[in-house]
Amino acid sequence: MIVVVGAGPAGIAAALRAQECGARVTVVDDNPAPGGQIWRGDSNVWLTRFRASGIPFIASARVITGDAQAQTLLVETPEGARKLTWDKLIIAAGSRELFLPFPGWTLPGVFGAGGLQALAKSGLSVADKTVVIGGTGPLLLAVAAYLRQHGAHVKLIAEQASPAGLAGFAKELLRNPNKLLQGVALARHIAGSPYVTNCWIESATGQGRLEAVTLRQGRRTWTERCDFAAIGYGLVPDNELATFLMNSPNVVIAGTGELNLAILEGEIAGFTVAGYPERALGLYGKREKAHRFATALQHTFALRHELKSLPRPDTIVCRCEDVTFGLLCEFPNSRAAKLHTRCGMGPCQGRICGPAAEFLFGWNPGSLRPPLFPAKIGSLMPATTE
Amino acid sequence: MDAQDHQYNIALPGTTIDALIVGAGIVGAACARELSLAGLKVTVCDESDVIGGGATAAGMGHLAVMDDSEAQFALTSYSQTLWHELSPQLPAEAEYLPCGSLWVAADAEEMEEVNRKFRFYSARAIRVELLDEQQIAEAEPNLRPGLSGGLLMCAASVCYPPCAAAFLMKRITFLPGRRVIAVSSDGVDFADGTRLAAGLTILATGTEITRLVPNAPVYPRKGHLLITDRYPGFLNHQLIELGYLKSAHSTESDSVAFNVQPRQTGQILIGSSRQYGTEDPATESHMLSRMLARAVEYMPGLTELSAIRTWTGFRAATPDKLPLIGPCESLNNVYLATGHEGLGIATSLATARLLADHILGRASAISLEPYLPGRRFAAHG
Repeated sequence: MIVVVGAGPAGIAAALRAQECGARVTVVDDNPAPGGQIWRGDSNVWLTRFRASGIPFIASARVITGDAQAQTLLVETPEGARKLTWDKLIIAAGSRELFLPFPGWTLPGVFGAGGLQALAKSGLSVADKTVVIGGTGPLLLAVAAYLRQHGAHVKLIAEQASPAGLAGFAKELLRNPNKLLQGVALARHIAGSPYVTNCWIESATGQGRLEAVTLRQGRRTWTERCDFAAIGYGLVPDNELATFLMNSPNVVIAGTGELNLAILEGEIAGFTVAGYPERALGLYGKREKAHRFATALQHTFALRHELKSLPRPDTIVCRCEDVTFGLLCEFPNSRAAKLHTRCGMGPCQGRICGPAAEFLFGWNPGSLRPPLFPAKIGSLMPATTE
Repeated sequence: MDAQDHQYNIALPGTTIDALIVGAGIVGAACARELSLAGLKVTVCDESDVIGGGATAAGMGHLAVMDDSEAQFALTSYSQTLWHELSPQLPAEAEYLPCGSLWVAADAEEMEEVNRKFRFYSARAIRVELLDEQQIAEAEPNLRPGLSGGLLMCAASVCYPPCAAAFLMKRITFLPGRRVIAVSSDGVDFADGTRLAAGLTILATGTEITRLVPNAPVYPRKGHLLITDRYPGFLNHQLIELGYLKSAHSTESDSVAFNVQPRQTGQILIGSSRQYGTEDPATESHMLSRMLARAVEYMPGLTELSAIRTWTGFRAATPDKLPLIGPCESLNNVYLATGHEGLGIATSLATARLLADHILGRASAISLEPYLPGRRFAAHG
């Protein structure tokens, strides 16, 4: 039995390729439907094939722990906990957004860029709302296009990268005609919303909820009134399960970040794990190219160090436990800060503040222990094996 | 053994440190504070750069009085008094919560034990209350119905140990990230090749003691804990099953017991497990699951609560369940303050006070004798 964790592009590609090879496959995802973050609610050839494949899909299931020796996973579903056994495990857990703290980032109305798009996809009305988008990378453009299509007034897109960096990236785009076409299509959708480079949101203000953001470009700062701010500083891989099960030879990790790379890695993992690595041979060249593109993306949209000085002493870094930047500055590492300030001890288990502290202070993330997600106590008690 | 037998030259010529304390856990921190208050120049070193990062961080922080032996009672009750005196000074982040603890009796046999404890504590002027079936249900509505009763230890409290340790360490010189590899009568050697001279050295290293004093009768005893999300009002007291006595004191096999604690945050800390013969710090799902199943037997509603984190720690256990406090038999000017098993947080203040009394030749409120490292241990253990 092959178990695939994650029904985003990589997980779906992996499951379908493994099934083609005749393997028994089950897919687990913590969302109610397949698609992951990027294909949430979409329709495309991969999703259509997956829905028609008959591959068992365990929905709304969080993997709360795994055992590399026993080759099991403990998953929590709305119907209770289940223990899954696997011969091979493909972890395609995807990524989450990186949140960088700045004054006012915890105000209602400030969202992750991907988060606001996901909310809009699940029914939040953005029609006639004024939105400022800030952060870095192509996701900002995709989100801007989506929000505009749904009636939002996107006042500005603040890209922290420099125009020089973007010019270098344009050359990389020319080597990837597909990407170029996507870019052109996006550009058409965002026409009319200024795309400002070297620019970032410095603070958000409002009485009880967001009313305005202050932007900075070089020495110039100015304020834009808005209903929503969508902030996207890139992605952090959801690598907790992969790290936890790292030393098992029967665990394969596939696809985080860029879409094409994720699909290719998923396909390669599916073929390989199902015992037909030769079928993946034709994919390695494409993966190399996709990998180069992803690396160029990372390079172009690397975070500038000025972003480290956005938080003020009273700016919250850990939202779960209300730990401020000023307090964290007193500690030498994440463990000391955690034990003495509760930073990262809340229900997000440090998923938000951990990567922020890594960026701000260079702190390594702490050790991983079950449950890998908050789980009902009942789910951590003896479960029957399937 | 009397303090006057030892004529320690606390400020040796050429040394600048009167007392070096190895280990920045709560016991080391408490010793540092006592000696510093007495006017000694104190330095604390630790191989980690975190104060209270070892067993201190793993413990529940239950400031309890226990009655396994007269000596255990003397140390725990003295220490509880000291905690009570200190509590107005503790900072908010030390989360001192005088919630009281409640021994839970599941049946008539355990109720007999409750009655014995009631008599024991009453005779020693410890505030306790007997609860019958109805009273215990009212005190803790989330306990399963049909329990026989319990004993409320009115003066017990809980705290968050790492921040309590940091408070005790305030204004004390701390050398972080320094691993001691050898101890002698005039100081220590660090792994980085440097030496540090000190008039006297206190080893408050928990289970690590056997690395520095190989014959010290201390064994690691692993425990698991779990903490939930915030559920204010779900639990009012620290609750311990009476079966805890049987499991906590079995020195042979792995055991679990119902032991839950309300945190000031509204979170619930769930214990406890005890294992010998392992030094692997990983959370073991079979032990965790046994421990939780035991807790749920007593509090069925726990199953629906959300668990956020689990962790493990190693208690420094001794054969007679009493700590090692006092001069090291084999080395002059070296003292031990370790072996506190599951009571390190609770007895840290009394440990430090007794040790300081001994070092400084002051009179003590209770006798140090039962805790002296040189005492005889029964062969079994």
